[in-house]
Amino acid sequence: MKPETTITLEAGGGTRSGRDLVEKTVLPRFTNRFLRSLPDAAVLPPLPGRPAFTTDSFVVSPLFFPGGDIGKLAVCGTVNDLAVAGARPLYLSCSLIIEEGLPVAVLEKVLASMARTAGRAGVLVVTGDSKVVERGAADGLYINTAGIGEVPEGVELSPDRIREGDAVIVSGPPGEHGLAILAAREGLAISPQLKSDCRPLHRLAGAMTAAGDGLRFMRDPTRGGLAAVLNELVEGGGIGIEIEEKLIPLKGKHRAALEILGLDPLALAGEGVLCAVAAPDLAGELIETMRKHPSGKRARVIGRVTGSPRGEVILETAAGGRRILDRPPADPVPRIC
Amino acid sequence: MNSPRLNTANFRDPDRAARLAEEIRRLAGDRPLRLMEGCGTHTVAIARAGLKSLLPEGIRLVSGPGCPVCVTPQETIERMIARAKQPKTILATFGDMLKVPGTSSSLREEKSRGADVRIVYSPLEALRLARENPGKRVVLPAVGFETTQPPVAAAVIEAERSGLDNFYIIPAGRLIPPALELLCGDPETRIDGLICPGHVSVIIGLEPYRDLARRRRVPCAVAGFEPVDILGAVRELVRMAVSGESGAVNLYPRAVREGGNPKARRTAAEVFRPVDAAWRGLGVIPAGGAGLRARYHRFDIDRADPVEIPPAPADPACICGRVLRGAADPADCPLFGSGCDPSRPRGPCMVSAEGACAAWHRYGVKG
Repeated sequence: MKPETTITLEAGGGTRSGRDLVEKTVLPRFTNRFLRSLPDAAVLPPLPGRPAFTTDSFVVSPLFFPGGDIGKLAVCGTVNDLAVAGARPLYLSCSLIIEEGLPVAVLEKVLASMARTAGRAGVLVVTGDSKVVERGAADGLYINTAGIGEVPEGVELSPDRIREGDAVIVSGPPGEHGLAILAAREGLAISPQLKSDCRPLHRLAGAMTAAGDGLRFMRDPTRGGLAAVLNELVEGGGIGIEIEEKLIPLKGKHRAALEILGLDPLALAGEGVLCAVAAPDLAGELIETMRKHPSGKRARVIGRVTGSPRGEVILETAAGGRRILDRPPADPVPRIC
Repeated sequence: MNSPRLNTANFRDPDRAARLAEEIRRLAGDRPLRLMEGCGTHTVAIARAGLKSLLPEGIRLVSGPGCPVCVTPQETIERMIARAKQPKTILATFGDMLKVPGTSSSLREEKSRGADVRIVYSPLEALRLARENPGKRVVLPAVGFETTQPPVAAAVIEAERSGLDNFYIIPAGRLIPPALELLCGDPETRIDGLICPGHVSVIIGLEPYRDLARRRRVPCAVAGFEPVDILGAVRELVRMAVSGESGAVNLYPRAVREGGNPKARRTAAEVFRPVDAAWRGLGVIPAGGAGLRARYHRFDIDRADPVEIPPAPADPACICGRVLRGAADPADCPLFGSGCDPSRPRGPCMVSAEGACAAWHRYGVKG
């Protein structure tokens, strides 16, 4: 019999074609000792530090975009959620929800990308699942990944540790992922091509946590962008944040595209950038440490934590005006991750 | 991206902005002045760059009726929604119109219920839809100012030339100068100067403002959309207002010519003629709209296939009408930010990206 070139509904259940899908398409990508006998649950060795645990679902459209694809994103997104919690990422799960009719070649390409990204990031995919739903009940392919990491002794990151006078830092240009997805989806002929910044950040984050106790907090600004992260920090009302538009790193081609599309980079998602708050006496050293990493080359201080006005993020605009930087009212680009 | 001649950085330079702000402060003294920006793109640029924070207390920038979606009367919105519900009809609309609430639904809601509503970026795309769907009719709500009418006219002319019989428009174009004229005489608006719309002026040129300035004794400045452009216009208007001058100046010569774009105006005039038209919040303005000329009447969907539109009561709590007249600020509205925001708009000024309420909300202007 000729192997099927699209995924059929039968491949979802405990059928032979279901087993075939897992054994021929999925498993060969992720070989490790935990997966070998396909147990119902992966039994993992004890961790020396505190375990960190996270999960995220990925529904990005289109499945392939400049700079990445849903598989790469599904690994990076979860790795980064662990990384900004101060954890060393170790294990991932991978759950696939497949729409009937998805070409097997597409699934293979996505899985290869997941495996490659996980390999580079040094994390193991130790458990997983796949379901097939009827045509129209999903859009091609959705992926859920959960992740387990380990927080080293002495690493304490929390918004509660933020103090007036602290520096607000970004590791690079914000919003590149959202912009790339938008450009890909709308078929915008922007040249040179805008790529997503999708990449794992745990090495950068690891170096930052090792730089000293003055690192208070990290977050990767995905949906809602930097504007959402900063507003979350001031929401308790104890502090305010002031940032300067002219300090925000942006590449020329992105700046031009944002301008044409009327989009605010502070409201767009990144997938390879993090935002940190650090004590002022650590900021300089931290920036130097960050710039030694490929994903932190354009790191810089963009603002500071203030005592007033509390509860608000103030943006000093490039023209020298001041305004409130609010949470983005509506998602400018839905289904970006 | 930026050609050396048009380096936008110069128009955002904080030092230049600060110098202009200082001059404005000096020129204005203690005198309170109300300046209206007649263009939604200005409203957004002012909010985005935080320009109000640079101006002295007494200088108030008031938003005007410069957003085409916002000034479209409720009756026209209902008309579009009614068309979207009809069988074998594709409603081709500019994106901002999608979310404007009607009395019982919106285009977005009708679309989710299965109506064939397509977003187009240019009237020619609607024409293409008509060609590709000969079994359906395509209806384009021709909402827009002087900038939109030439391309709509070009599409109508092309449909006529190629004998396309399934392309229609809802004539909903509006003309800016008659609206500005009305507002200049409105005691509730009280305008001391007009920041004239940059894009519309590219088409209409300076003459309509010279005329307005002469008859209404109001200073007019055509301005671009960068912070330094806008502050430059404010400085010029303050100077003129304080010294009692009235006249029209072009501070946007890199885009606007004295005579505007006569070719575009000719194209528009071939298809449209000025007609009395209702504006939301402003009432019927004499010669304030673009109606189809008789020889193009067959492209008017309401003539080809009349529909009965029940009267559409406006939301009583919404003050979009007063906001559009510059008689109230968005923050004066009891619904602003509590009950009306860009994700669940109650009025059109919160829908359109260029609406004053949406701009204030998005950029955190508190009044």
